[in-house]
Amino acid sequence: MSDLRTGARVVGALGARSIRQTFRRPQLISPIVVFPTLLLAIQTGGAGAGIELPGFPPVQSFLQFMLAGSMMQSMMLAGNSGGIAFAVDIEMGFTDRLFASPIPRFAIVLGRLAGTAALGLFASLWFLAIGLIFGAHIEGGIPGALLAIALITTSAIAVGGIGAAIALRTGSASVVQGLFPLVLVVLFLSSAFFPQELMVEPAKTIAEYNPFSFIVEGVREPIISGIDATQTLEAVAAIAGIILLGLGLSASALRHRLRTG
Amino acid sequence: MPAIVVEGLERSFGEVLAVQGIDLRVEEGEIYGFLGPNGAGKTTTVRMLTTLLLPTGGRAGVAGFDVVAEARQVRASIGVALQEAALDPLMTGRELIRLQATLQGLPTAAGRKRADELLDRVDLSYAADRRVGGYSGGMKRRLDLAAALVHEPRVLFLDEPTTGLDPVSRKTIWEEVQALNDDGTTVFLTTQYLEEADQLADNVGIIDRGLIVAEGTPEELKGEVGNPHIELTVGEGAVPEAERVVAELGKLRPRKGDGKVLLEVENGAGDIPRVVRALDDAGIAVESLELVRPTLDDVFVEKTGHHLEGEGGQEGEPAGEEPAAA
Repeated sequence: MSDLRTGARVVGALGARSIRQTFRRPQLISPIVVFPTLLLAIQTGGAGAGIELPGFPPVQSFLQFMLAGSMMQSMMLAGNSGGIAFAVDIEMGFTDRLFASPIPRFAIVLGRLAGTAALGLFASLWFLAIGLIFGAHIEGGIPGALLAIALITTSAIAVGGIGAAIALRTGSASVVQGLFPLVLVVLFLSSAFFPQELMVEPAKTIAEYNPFSFIVEGVREPIISGIDATQTLEAVAAIAGIILLGLGLSASALRHRLRTG
Repeated sequence: MPAIVVEGLERSFGEVLAVQGIDLRVEEGEIYGFLGPNGAGKTTTVRMLTTLLLPTGGRAGVAGFDVVAEARQVRASIGVALQEAALDPLMTGRELIRLQATLQGLPTAAGRKRADELLDRVDLSYAADRRVGGYSGGMKRRLDLAAALVHEPRVLFLDEPTTGLDPVSRKTIWEEVQALNDDGTTVFLTTQYLEEADQLADNVGIIDRGLIVAEGTPEELKGEVGNPHIELTVGEGAVPEAERVVAELGKLRPRKGDGKVLLEVENGAGDIPRVVRALDDAGIAVESLELVRPTLDDVFVEKTGHHLEGEGGQEGEPAGEEPAAA
């Protein structure tokens, strides 16, 4: 069996384990599903009239506008949960079992990211289903929905890479868990929950350069109006950048951990 | 070819030299007992031999491969059950063994078959689909051992496999280790229990404060610290007279009190009749008599000046800056 095929099997097996782990540990799954769903319900119920504001992009409903932000929030919390679970593995010595196996060691990180990507896929499907059930239109049709799903799933790999790097570097679940508020700050300083055009300074400028704004707009566009090549490419570029950053940091943290044991 | 060869192996953590240039050699098919108190350097040594930690000096080869330059080949040749059974409490026993089979490169069907065999072997088939978090300590250790055997490793590393277990679970693990060794597996076993090393090991290395202070078969090591002694209980008042009578039959040891006389003899059990006869001739009644052989603890005391069991803190690598990467 070739190294590549063995590596793919290992990544698949570790990815499946990380998904099972998430669904069997309520404290990992609830932030991914419950918190963003409640926030979506509260915001659409309480701020639905916001779409009447001058400058608000033309949308069918506030729910339709909010879906991309909720998917992003759920995906980012999935990345954070993945980092916490990885740090728990380090704390309890499970990663020693993996490090003592004859597998490419970066496959251990990729396995974790495969699981996080699957949770990103789950998040996108969950919120698209909620949107459709409660009357939101997906203006880009099936291709638009698939594009939104693909962008969220790959974004989960990007965010998960950063979570994995922090877990590997610190080996502490509480440190990774402590980043939870930061996830919300990054999201609220993007256009996830409010149109950039209606923000005030300095939030507006920050959101303008926040890479997560590019991703959220890339996800939102096929939902509220249809696929837009420019916004899609900007989102892909932002995701690629974060993936490179996350994988680079993970590789460095992995080397450090293997040196120090 | 030896299964494990270690030459001048060192590991430092900042200023602290946790393993101070040890040498050892383990032959194929041997059970090697690595004995030492908590914090002696046992786990640090095992982590280097299993490629989980880079040495900062010296070299080590396992199954014919260098632990630094050929780490992946080493990992393919060894099974590892670490001190704190590294098990995911949310997985079932069957899931864990199947995952381990995948990590070792077994095809899916073969991995499933092997998992069933191993769960049966360690008597965990009945609990295979229960989550590991609900297992007892003994069940966890048996599962960990089964996971280490998935790929039929040439060399098996067991880091304190029975620490914290009840006597029955400990005996079960011992029987399994012995059976594996009978099948030809080389076993490197760390322990802080004298009895464990004495029962299982063909050869024993005693490590203290990062240095190997004694090495040999348990019998050789015990032979180095002197002859067995007879412990006679004669009653408090009769001790001086009893000591006078038996003094010419052997070497008296310092008194322990409680009416006991301790006499070191050359021929062990063969000297008992003449000791009893001499006391009988002198009219001294013997309440009880026991032949006490030297233990590995005697060896440890002889070599280090302190006892092995019941000492030391938690073993672990001291915190500090990491060494340069290899």
